[in-house]
Amino acid sequence: MNRKSLLRHLTVLGVLTLTIALGGCSGDKTEKGSEAVPGKESSQVSSGEPSMGGSIVVGIPQDLEDSLDPHKMVAAGTKEVLFNINEGLVKPDSDGNLIEAVASHYDISEDGKTYTFTLRDGVKFHNGNPVTVDDVIYSIERCADATGGEPLVPAYSNIESIEADGNNVVITLKEPNTEFLAYMTTAIIPKDYNELDTQPVGTGPFRYVSRSPQENIVIEKFADYWGEPAYLDQVEFKIVADADTIVMSLKGGSIDMYARLTSSQAAELKEDFNIEEGTMNLVQALYLNHAEAPFDNKLVRQAMCYAVNPQEVMMMIADGKGTEIGSSMFPAFGKYYVEDLKDMYTQDLNKAKELLTEAGYPDGFDMTITVPSNYQPHIDTAQVLVEQLKQVGIRATIQMIEWDSWLSDVYADHNYQSTVVGVDASALTARALLERFTTGNSGNFINYSNPEYDSLFQQAVSTADDAKQVEIYKQMETLLAEDAANVYIQDLADLVALNKKYGGYTFYPLYVQDMSKIYLVKQ
Amino acid sequence: MKKDRRNLNFILGCVICAVMLLLVILGFFYTPYGPDAMNGPDKFAAPSLRHLMGADQFGRDIFSRVLKGLGTTGWISLVTVAIGGLTGTLVGALTGYYGGILDEILMRINDILTAFPSFLLALVFISVLGPGKGNLIMALSIAFIPSFARVVRGEFLLYRERDYVKSAKLWGASGIRIMFIHILPNALPVILSSAAIGFNNAVLAEASLSYLGIGVQPPDASLGRMISEASAYLFSAPWCAVFPGVMIILLILGFGMISDGLKR
Repeated sequence: MNRKSLLRHLTVLGVLTLTIALGGCSGDKTEKGSEAVPGKESSQVSSGEPSMGGSIVVGIPQDLEDSLDPHKMVAAGTKEVLFNINEGLVKPDSDGNLIEAVASHYDISEDGKTYTFTLRDGVKFHNGNPVTVDDVIYSIERCADATGGEPLVPAYSNIESIEADGNNVVITLKEPNTEFLAYMTTAIIPKDYNELDTQPVGTGPFRYVSRSPQENIVIEKFADYWGEPAYLDQVEFKIVADADTIVMSLKGGSIDMYARLTSSQAAELKEDFNIEEGTMNLVQALYLNHAEAPFDNKLVRQAMCYAVNPQEVMMMIADGKGTEIGSSMFPAFGKYYVEDLKDMYTQDLNKAKELLTEAGYPDGFDMTITVPSNYQPHIDTAQVLVEQLKQVGIRATIQMIEWDSWLSDVYADHNYQSTVVGVDASALTARALLERFTTGNSGNFINYSNPEYDSLFQQAVSTADDAKQVEIYKQMETLLAEDAANVYIQDLADLVALNKKYGGYTFYPLYVQDMSKIYLVKQ
Repeated sequence: MKKDRRNLNFILGCVICAVMLLLVILGFFYTPYGPDAMNGPDKFAAPSLRHLMGADQFGRDIFSRVLKGLGTTGWISLVTVAIGGLTGTLVGALTGYYGGILDEILMRINDILTAFPSFLLALVFISVLGPGKGNLIMALSIAFIPSFARVVRGEFLLYRERDYVKSAKLWGASGIRIMFIHILPNALPVILSSAAIGFNNAVLAEASLSYLGIGVQPPDASLGRMISEASAYLFSAPWCAVFPGVMIILLILGFGMISDGLKR
């Protein structure tokens, strides 16, 4: 028990600076949300008259082990739940725009250095207290605090000052930054409130009720919500840690909704459930630990890229649904996304064998793929990869581990050879996906290190010219692909099963489940 | 009359097990398709001449996987019973024959192990050691020692007071010789019968643990692992679960009948 909680703390510590949602999935978005988001559907597929009241049980693959503190959570699976409880000054909507939330209005000065947010009237915390300017400043300063090294939100190291001005909060930056607004989704919490980890308080449409470890998390409708109220009175997130039991749990009625199914699972459910389809908005790849031989050898990594056929993976696990990607960026990022990179390594077994021979592994090698046991799409992907790698003599075995162990062993301790997961972005900018691969970054769990990449990143964050910045981010993506940093596979199709009693499921370009839009269909 | 029935059980059991053994040997040398070879177009193909038992969610041939899985499950169970049985027999023989303080110590340890349901014990071992075939065998073996030790000890307690043992002692035979040359053969039917039951339990335990996802790791095939993966598709592609399930039933039936026939 002690060892476990120690591990957990280490994990949280290790990752807390970069809020990366790393779970099996994720989502993210374009900067100001102005770009079209291909593959994302915000339509409400299930129809029927909404009615107020009722409750729902939603299956989720993992417990919220990392932290209930919205500033410290790292797992995508935690973010998708807490999205219902917390809000920032602005928040993403289902089309990928940033809309005003706790702030009713914001102004960005001409020079891009001063951001003025006007607080919305009548916003209350779940404990009944009104949100004040002090709370906002406290929340942002908490994330900008650099005394422990990197601030909780690294982008906040650019903040020069935060000041209250009547009902306004004025943030002045050291350098103009075009991406800054995307980072203002940081949850607003009550000033000096110390129990976030056990009893989170926010301003969202739902308030936290209880959590039973490894069992469930219960939230209920917040009556004093400033915006459009939720339909449902209560939502229970139930942990279904064994991927094999999802279909049975849905059919048996112990859960009403589950997101991110494989196509085979969805096919089994389509008669009794509404199946909604979107994309997960994440970078699924075979992530390679560059600190471990033979993955420190670029030729080996390239050989693996040539050995793998993402199209076949998609065919096997999702009947061809999903989007092939070639770098750490997915189509929902619009202007940052470089589509051509996916063609850099078209499957070519001979080429792969040549590269392996050149690298000194003419007979291939043995390797282990570590996969979190609660994510069926990743388990299935790993199985297909094992077969594909076998064709060039690479003998891979799969090791399934619990999500907790994945977070501590793989993500925090870098103690693994390779792993199949999806990595998402925590904010609506390319930085959120690309910063983690800079040398020494706490989220750099693959130990990638390339001085050229690091210097490009420095250039990108210090430029105020949006077009130039986009260009540099694109170069960084290309560099990742050329280095074969990881064996990139796809942005997965997201299949959601929702009991026919309910309607209103809404896809976001982020890794979230917006429960406030789900309703019971009027009988 | 009664005796005939038992023999019938024994014969039928042997026939079933022989067929199973043949399938395992067949699977060792030949399978119609690679057990792990994926084939997209054949996803969820129903049983046909092409795929005798159909194909699973990756288009893998279930017949090939059943042959392979039978081997895996059988091998794990066999090794488990062998290790557990040998250790258990040794412990039972020593404690039963010598008694005294050794008996007290070992049997109390045995009691502690027995106090946990063997399945739970295996679960604990696996969560400490981590999943995988080798650890699974180790965990199950340890969980199987107490039942063997208890049974064998009982037999040895019974026989050590017999006249032929006493006379062997008078002739100066060593303890080891008496235990293994004189007493063990008499206890053999009981040991074999518990081994057959133990084998059944091991098959079920392996299947259950693999079903829970902590035994054999994908893409390796074992009967429990196959059922586990297929449970999600039970209604749309029942053949994925039915055939491995039938194999488990037959395996257990076969050994159950043999153990029945062996009794007395």
